[in-house]
Amino acid sequence: MRETRYEKLGMDIFQGSLDNGLRVIVDKRPGYGKQFAFFATRYGGLDTRFDAGEGWWDTPAGVAHFLEHKLFDTKDGNALQLMAANGADPNAFTAFGITGYFFQCTQGFEENLRTLLGFVTEPWFTPESVAKEQGIIGQEIAMGDDEAETEVFYDLLGCLYAHHPVRTHIAGTQESISHITDQTLYACHRAFYTPANMVLTVVGDVDPQGVLEIARQVVTGQGGPAPRRDYGGEEGSDAVRHETSRSMEVSTPLFQVGFKLPVPQDGAQRLRDQLVGALAADLLAGDASPLYNRLYGQGLVNRAFSCGYEDYPGCAFLALGGESRDPAAVRDAVLDQCRRLGSEGFDPAWFERCKKAAYGGMVSQLNSFENTAVELAQGYFDGMDYLTFPEVFRTIRPQEVQEFFARCLTPERCALAVITPKEGGR
Amino acid sequence: MDVIREPLAPGVFLTAIRTGKFKSATLSATFLTPLERGRASANAAVPFILRRGCREWPTMEAVSARLDELYGGMLEPTVRSKGETQCLGLIGSFLDDPYTLEGESVLEPAAGLLAQLLLEPATQEGIFRPDYVDGERDNLLLAIRAQMNDKRQYATLRLIQEMCRTEAYGVDRYGAEEEAAALTPQSAWEAYQELLASAQVELHYCGSADLQRVRQVLAPLVEGLRARRGERTPAALRCAVVDRPQGPVRTVVDRLDVTQGKLCMGFRAGGARIGREDYPALLVFNALYGGTATSKLFLNVREKLSLCYYASASTDPVKSLCAVSSGVEFDRMDQAQEEILTQLEAVRAGAFTDEELKSAKQAVIHSFKSALDSRSRLEQFYLTAAVTGVWDGGPEETARRVESVTAQEVVRIAQGIELDTVYRLMGKGDEDRA
Repeated sequence: MRETRYEKLGMDIFQGSLDNGLRVIVDKRPGYGKQFAFFATRYGGLDTRFDAGEGWWDTPAGVAHFLEHKLFDTKDGNALQLMAANGADPNAFTAFGITGYFFQCTQGFEENLRTLLGFVTEPWFTPESVAKEQGIIGQEIAMGDDEAETEVFYDLLGCLYAHHPVRTHIAGTQESISHITDQTLYACHRAFYTPANMVLTVVGDVDPQGVLEIARQVVTGQGGPAPRRDYGGEEGSDAVRHETSRSMEVSTPLFQVGFKLPVPQDGAQRLRDQLVGALAADLLAGDASPLYNRLYGQGLVNRAFSCGYEDYPGCAFLALGGESRDPAAVRDAVLDQCRRLGSEGFDPAWFERCKKAAYGGMVSQLNSFENTAVELAQGYFDGMDYLTFPEVFRTIRPQEVQEFFARCLTPERCALAVITPKEGGR
Repeated sequence: MDVIREPLAPGVFLTAIRTGKFKSATLSATFLTPLERGRASANAAVPFILRRGCREWPTMEAVSARLDELYGGMLEPTVRSKGETQCLGLIGSFLDDPYTLEGESVLEPAAGLLAQLLLEPATQEGIFRPDYVDGERDNLLLAIRAQMNDKRQYATLRLIQEMCRTEAYGVDRYGAEEEAAALTPQSAWEAYQELLASAQVELHYCGSADLQRVRQVLAPLVEGLRARRGERTPAALRCAVVDRPQGPVRTVVDRLDVTQGKLCMGFRAGGARIGREDYPALLVFNALYGGTATSKLFLNVREKLSLCYYASASTDPVKSLCAVSSGVEFDRMDQAQEEILTQLEAVRAGAFTDEELKSAKQAVIHSFKSALDSRSRLEQFYLTAAVTGVWDGGPEETARRVESVTAQEVVRIAQGIELDTVYRLMGKGDEDRA
């Protein structure tokens, strides 16, 4: 395995690949008693239209999430319980562009790793078990429909995008999942759970070569190349709609203001875009920003407020939101501040302070095994080296962020989504 | 991992863990004071008021900006109760010095900010600013009222209030609503002065700096505390342990507009607790009885009989208590209660397999071993040691003692466990039930 030393971060990363294309990344941390393993595929809620060598295929929304639920079933029982009985704490998640399975433990690491690699690569579905899961996931979707915070976020994405699949809930809809069969699951598993489309990351005081060896023994399938995906072609740069509003059972209005950003490129530029986006978010509306403190003082926002940059395959946006008695006033103040910062720039001391805070936050995140494993996997999928962020931070100048404000945080790219309390409600 | 504990001034102690394992360092200061009705709310408001601002950084915006300068450091107010001690303070998490961009130090300025927030709060006419006190009084009231939102936690809270209604343990860490509502700048200021003058102070550091440097950065804070308290030593912290119920089992019923009932059962644990030989066995008993997904309560009451949506046991090894918490349909309460007691009988009779014992021990050991990899868990572990005064090794030592727990020891614990109080949360319009 190839070893890379990240001096500034005090980290040693080992990387290697199997002949079938599976990438193995190990973050060796001497002195820790805990081990964490994360096995992921570059396949998420967005990947509904793809070509795995047999022509383009459209699948129902929600297959990636459905697969994540069903993969824990094995011929002999359930992998979750097997790992729990062996002292591990296992779980999984599905996001827009990635599905990951993981566990942590302080003993029995090798055995648990074999179980993890085994159940994810050896699917076992029956028509009956799929039908049963449709009921369970249907309940989950129904429950999610009551979650106003999630709904207002998807409402915003519906305003920003014309056809990009980020508009659709990751879990799909009651209707879309009703079209999923055991055959859909097997076909999508074959296409996306191919070693060339997957990565294993391990964090802890482990032997990197030993991890690679276990992967070689368990993940023996050859599989095909990673599938090509289609997110519906290029979109215009402006938000499709600038405002939307509806009512739900909430006590205060919830809102999200968002800006549609240029499509991110894979490779080193992607990390730079992420850092510039994160800095812009802090300068615009972070805890110490003048805008946030002014709005807080006016009672227009409260502590349930956040602002951040997000990027997924084929899309990126900056979003901020929370609770407000007057969301339109918040949006107006945000646009006003964006125009000011885009034309006047920032006080250099303020800029340096934000940069330090953002950098410090990212380093602290590396204390978390979970977070580190996911970032390393995501970085591999995006073709970038996440751990080079200290060097990239050094080279970001105020002008670059100011230019981002002027070019990207404009009224044309902006949208506001609001969920108001129902009439006669609380 | 080197752990040092030493007094720095009368009633002021430092626990310093030297390790290069983490990329951030913890630096905290906590006042330890007896949990008391009538004082708890005013004490609880103090850390939040202090966090609003100080002489040099008088507003929250200024404090946030200062923390940004210190690489996005955090300094959070905390209010906890451990046994019959109220723990009030500020917990800081800062980038450890080796990771700063220009090699500058964060520890010194971080300690400076902590000291100033604790010793030189923003004031008006010699006491806390009224606008800060008003704001934090309202936040405290909201926090007390919000306890009802999570019915699962609320039911456990009510159980403890009822079971320990004549003990300090029954006082909530935030105090009572009417107490919080009565908070004034004057009463909050008096609570603050009292903490400065007479509470035990625990300073905690976990990071890469050596002991000499940690002592040095904390010196201004320690000297400031010494000046306000003189040579007085705080009274020893205590926790009254009640070995067994003092009367017949008491049942308390609350009625709220809920769709699912809650059944909580409180037990006295026969005096088993931290500082005694039987402490590891108490932990293993709890895991085996209801602490894990392979426990008696989980597998039998929940999975096999489907009597509960959840059923789990927890233990407070400072006070020597156990509690079972479960979500049950209103008309199955009696059945669930009976089954929970049947499972306890099973443990008392030694009716568990070697596998069950092994799995319970594994879960407890994992919990202590993984604590060594977490700064916040380490801070909690050593705060408990400070409150109980029991310093018998770190989490790895507790894990080692758990290894050797035998089936007989677990049975002995189970035989000492006795039901004290039952709490039922029922729906409205079900008055004929329960």
